[in-house]
Amino acid sequence: MTTTATIIEAFGIKKIYKRGAERVAAIDGLSLTLKEGEFLSIIGPSGSGKTTLLNILGCLDNPTSGKLAVGGITVHDNGRGLSESQLTRIRRQLFGYIFQNFYLIPTLTVLENVLVPFTFFKKRGAEKDVMAILKNLGLDKRAGHLPRELSGGEMQRVAIARALVNHPSVLLADEPTGNLDSERSREIGQVLRQLNEKEGLTIVLVTHNPELALSARRIMTLKDGKIVEEQARPEH
Amino acid sequence: MKNRQRLSLFQIAWKNLARKKTRSFLTVVGIALATWVLISLFGFNSGYKNSLDRDIDNLGFQMLVVAKGCPYEAATLMLKGGTGLKYMNEDIVKLITREPEVESVTPMLMQVVFDPNKGQSGGLTAFLGIDPATFPRLKPGLSFKQGSWFTNPEAREVVMGYEAAELEQREVGDVYLIPEKEVELKVVGILNRSGTQDDGTIFLPLQTLQKIFGQEGQLTSVGIKVNKETNLPLFEEKMFKLPDVQVVSLTQVKTTIMTLVSTARILVLSIALIAILISIMGVINTVLMSVMERQKEIGILKALGALASDVFKLIWLETSLLCLLGGLLGAGLAVLTSSLTEYLIRQLLPFSPSGGLISIDARLILISITAVVLLGLLSGIYPAFRAARMRPLEAIRSEEE
Repeated sequence: MTTTATIIEAFGIKKIYKRGAERVAAIDGLSLTLKEGEFLSIIGPSGSGKTTLLNILGCLDNPTSGKLAVGGITVHDNGRGLSESQLTRIRRQLFGYIFQNFYLIPTLTVLENVLVPFTFFKKRGAEKDVMAILKNLGLDKRAGHLPRELSGGEMQRVAIARALVNHPSVLLADEPTGNLDSERSREIGQVLRQLNEKEGLTIVLVTHNPELALSARRIMTLKDGKIVEEQARPEH
Repeated sequence: MKNRQRLSLFQIAWKNLARKKTRSFLTVVGIALATWVLISLFGFNSGYKNSLDRDIDNLGFQMLVVAKGCPYEAATLMLKGGTGLKYMNEDIVKLITREPEVESVTPMLMQVVFDPNKGQSGGLTAFLGIDPATFPRLKPGLSFKQGSWFTNPEAREVVMGYEAAELEQREVGDVYLIPEKEVELKVVGILNRSGTQDDGTIFLPLQTLQKIFGQEGQLTSVGIKVNKETNLPLFEEKMFKLPDVQVVSLTQVKTTIMTLVSTARILVLSIALIAILISIMGVINTVLMSVMERQKEIGILKALGALASDVFKLIWLETSLLCLLGGLLGAGLAVLTSSLTEYLIRQLLPFSPSGGLISIDARLILISITAVVLLGLLSGIYPAFRAARMRPLEAIRSEEE
């Protein structure tokens, strides 16, 4: 029997926003554990706190209270957190991010966009041949193209390639198909599933798309900042 | 072909600037204009001073020590009918040479005679006895139309000023007869026109003139050239302390000219400073706008692993590139348009020396470009700091402005 390590551990996480005099809990005392190799989908209605939770788990945002540990490091403990530079160092070691709007740099080619993370940091064991990643994602012929010359699906695959170059431990995807049609959405779902199944990449996916959510083996439903349902799906 | 699998900060910065070509171009032009004014101004500063120094050097000595009461200009002497000459003993040369500020001295003796054959009713002719060893060195501006200086210090030879030779219709090889003295001398040189009193003067070796006029051991003036670092007014005071002499100095002339030029220089410097300030504001505005427009992108860079220092460096690099390009363009402009600038300055100035007014060398260009880049770096601090302290999530969520 093999034991898989815990990569993210959140306990009693709260995120409170002030809206005038009102205090709104975007995340309300949520706890979860994510193990290496898991593929977790977070679904729920708009305003349920999905993206906020993803940002907290990915160290892009701080919780108001609760305890969060990633990769064995406590990054937040009841209101006390790490500095921005410490969080950056953790982010670049552990996480790869993909966003709904791709956020590619418009003046850089596909290859250059994928190489951007290396400008700031090259993790030990990072991908040596970036073209191989592009080839895996069917982008090798588009390496010299600018983002404006690509379709939405291709742009999101470039964003995935960019997230993968430093071989992250966890890929965090926030509505990656939000701007894509159903066919391209299926394509992205397939890519994510392959990354999880063939390469064992841990993935946390936030989506409104039920079909895409089914790519994951663990599906968590949020409502008002709380987990209201959690289901595990059998292997595909 | 294998793709290059590396992307430097420089490449990102360069492509960012290329994104808004017109804005970047206009900013570069602003910096270039400021650099152009800066380089031209400092080029003018040193060029004008050098030319003025050269012109004054060509005029001869910076100071003349003459016997008290003795006219020191041929014209004054003529007005006085050739009378009133006062003499100093040659020993004064030794006293002057002892002063550490003195670079070289040249003793002179002036004599005037009435020439009944000059003009319709006769006229005065001025003779200047000079030391052939020192006088030509102190008068580098004098050049020969024909011939050269004397063959030896006691030679019975004359060198004639341009107008004197014209008046006397003499050429090299001719004989010249000093009126009243009945002494024959050989013309060995005729000078080019200099625009000074030298044009009407007839030069003889000092010793020859002293002998002919019976003034052995006597001088009427001593020309002095001092070291460049010498404080002329102080040295002038020192010379006044010598017995029975008066001092005539070109310092005052030079000071007056430099004062006039300084006024013009201050005006141009003010314009240059305003131009630089405007271009710095332009740089801050361009970079700040670019930072505000790219907030989301900066947030993504941070999410992709960029530290605050990386973002700071990126924005600073963009600022430096703008300034460097502007500096290089401005330097090129300054060099290419230096002749035109010089022409325009000549039209503006009340007096300008004959040499080049603008002197632009590699050192000036290097210093100016460095100064512009340093100013650019200074102006890039605020936008770079703003970008660096953005939190990734806030930046990603921000609305484009």
